[in-house]
Amino acid sequence: MIGDAISHSVLPGIVIAFLLVGSLESAWMIIGAGLLGVLTTFLIEFFHQKGKLQTDASIGVTFTWLFALGVILVTYYAGNAHIDQDCILHGEIAYVPIDLMYDDAGNAIGPKAVIVLSVVLVVILLFIGIFYKELFITTFDPDFANAIGISSSKWHYLLMGLVSLTTVASFESVGAILVVALLIAPASAAYLITQDLKWMLLLSSFFGIVSSILGYWLSYLLDGSIAGAMVTISGVIFGICYLVTVLKK
Amino acid sequence: METLIEFFSFEYPNIKYVVFGTILLSISSAVVGCFTFIKKKSLVGDVVSHAVLPGICISFLASGSKDPFLLIIGAFVSGWISIVVMDAITRNTKIKEDAATGLALSVFFGIGILLMTYIQHSGNASQSGLDTFLFGKAAALIGVDLLAFSIIAVIVLVVVFLFYKEFKLISFDPQFAKVIGLPIRRLEIILTSVTVLAVVTGIQAVGVVLMAAMLITPAAAARFWTNRLSKMLIIASVFGAFSGISGAFISYSTPSMPTGPWMVMVLSIIALFSFFFAPGKGIVINQWRRFKIQRQLLEENLLKTFFKIGESNNDYFREIETNDIGLARTFSTGQLTKGLRKLNANGYVEKVGNAWRLSKEGHDKGKRITRLHRLWELYLTKYLRIAPDHVHEDADTIEHVITPELESRLEQLLNYPTADPHDSTIPSRN
Repeated sequence: MIGDAISHSVLPGIVIAFLLVGSLESAWMIIGAGLLGVLTTFLIEFFHQKGKLQTDASIGVTFTWLFALGVILVTYYAGNAHIDQDCILHGEIAYVPIDLMYDDAGNAIGPKAVIVLSVVLVVILLFIGIFYKELFITTFDPDFANAIGISSSKWHYLLMGLVSLTTVASFESVGAILVVALLIAPASAAYLITQDLKWMLLLSSFFGIVSSILGYWLSYLLDGSIAGAMVTISGVIFGICYLVTVLKK
Repeated sequence: METLIEFFSFEYPNIKYVVFGTILLSISSAVVGCFTFIKKKSLVGDVVSHAVLPGICISFLASGSKDPFLLIIGAFVSGWISIVVMDAITRNTKIKEDAATGLALSVFFGIGILLMTYIQHSGNASQSGLDTFLFGKAAALIGVDLLAFSIIAVIVLVVVFLFYKEFKLISFDPQFAKVIGLPIRRLEIILTSVTVLAVVTGIQAVGVVLMAAMLITPAAAARFWTNRLSKMLIIASVFGAFSGISGAFISYSTPSMPTGPWMVMVLSIIALFSFFFAPGKGIVINQWRRFKIQRQLLEENLLKTFFKIGESNNDYFREIETNDIGLARTFSTGQLTKGLRKLNANGYVEKVGNAWRLSKEGHDKGKRITRLHRLWELYLTKYLRIAPDHVHEDADTIEHVITPELESRLEQLLNYPTADPHDSTIPSRN
């Protein structure tokens, strides 16, 4: 659920970054959102540990508060901002090819979202590739990791930083809430089928790809939101995996 | 100020509607939220509020109208299904509850978005306004909606009132409720239905995302002020109602401001204030209490050390250098400077050049702590048969909290001893 919380609470970060820099440059928005993402995880932990507030409530209070702040900021500056809550909540992937990125000479080098997301993908793949062992050990057995000198909280925050990075990079295209579905659904489906983390990573990427392709086709068929259709398909994939495991039992 | 009077005089019927509607909504969701909070399932509200979307779309597609009651029925059904799905996933697979929650929430929402865009693109003219379910429209509540709201809010409150005792039991101790023969399943179904109802109505005012706050935040804030469920319900309702009025007022005085987010903002500010400053549980209060206890421990340990040095020299009021204190017992430099300064200010020690001397009060206090320490050591060896070399640490902790009454009883029990297990003298009572 932290992914869900972050995907909402990054909103004020994006708005503040926009207000400070005055442009919709992705880099600044990602920095603003990334900071807010880390702040969110920190606040959740803080209320939980210092205030003895149960985790679920801690998550709920933190992200709704930050989201409300974001919406208020957006509405207040609505006059001169090109962001509105609609686009943040359910994004529009169909506009991606229109929003082109230009090089210094003014030639179009490709759609912005595609470029940004490719960079994010490479960063994440490199991160996981290089630090696979650290991530593995801190995720599965944080106590052991701490005992052998790998700080599990450091890796926790790094991982959450990456989650917010992915979220922000994708929300323009699919919207904040549906990012969460794409974060959780393929991974959970893969988790049901395999016991091996490497296989789980591969399978969940595969499910992600399948949902994008079939989702695009479904939305074409229904003339509906592409992101919504992608999520619907990933939900269906999860449903199939669920049925398979339950019937096997 | 003028706006404030104008607002509360309810000159415009619209204000009356909005205020009345938001208060009802806030109270019913705050009350229901307390129960989900206690069951540690606060985020269920978030799931339901996202999951009603497909239901709303399907009921619109089926009926072709925006009749609030029909839409609410659709929303209610799909909200319920999401809870069932979530439970099934956690029960039948190894997927953890939070992942199942996120999954149900986002997938239902995805389907809802797909259906809603499908409706929007289908060119049906009557569809406009369906998306108010996403972001809420508290400021534009009108007659029919208000009627629907009020009825549902009243139903929610009445049900909670009637089943208060049962809900309390199944939330705190479902095992016990089962043992004494309550129909748990049926009660759970009623409680869940009430929760879904509260969410379904609330959404129309504050929108999908912020609905979660209307459930969770008042309960979380109220929890910091009381340990009793009945009081918690009342406090949460008051917080909810207050945020409803303030939200309506803010958006009235500044028309560009949205009501829903401001309601949540006000609620969050109340909650943050409670987290930090609520007496008894607040973070600041707790830290302050800890700080005070630590200071007390430091002071008493210092005085004890003074007393012991005096004891070994048979002169309690001689001047003692700071270094010698550090040699007798480990203190950090910071502790020493701060503690000694504090003791000096309270008149327990006097500063003489570079050294310190116990005052009469300081001597008495140090003596008492030493006495308690040794009494306890003796008690542990005598009655719990713990070896004399194992009792020091325990005594070091408890010496700070023994009351005079307990002291007398220990003394009596040990038959007014004069020596501890290490053959040190137990100083007499002052």
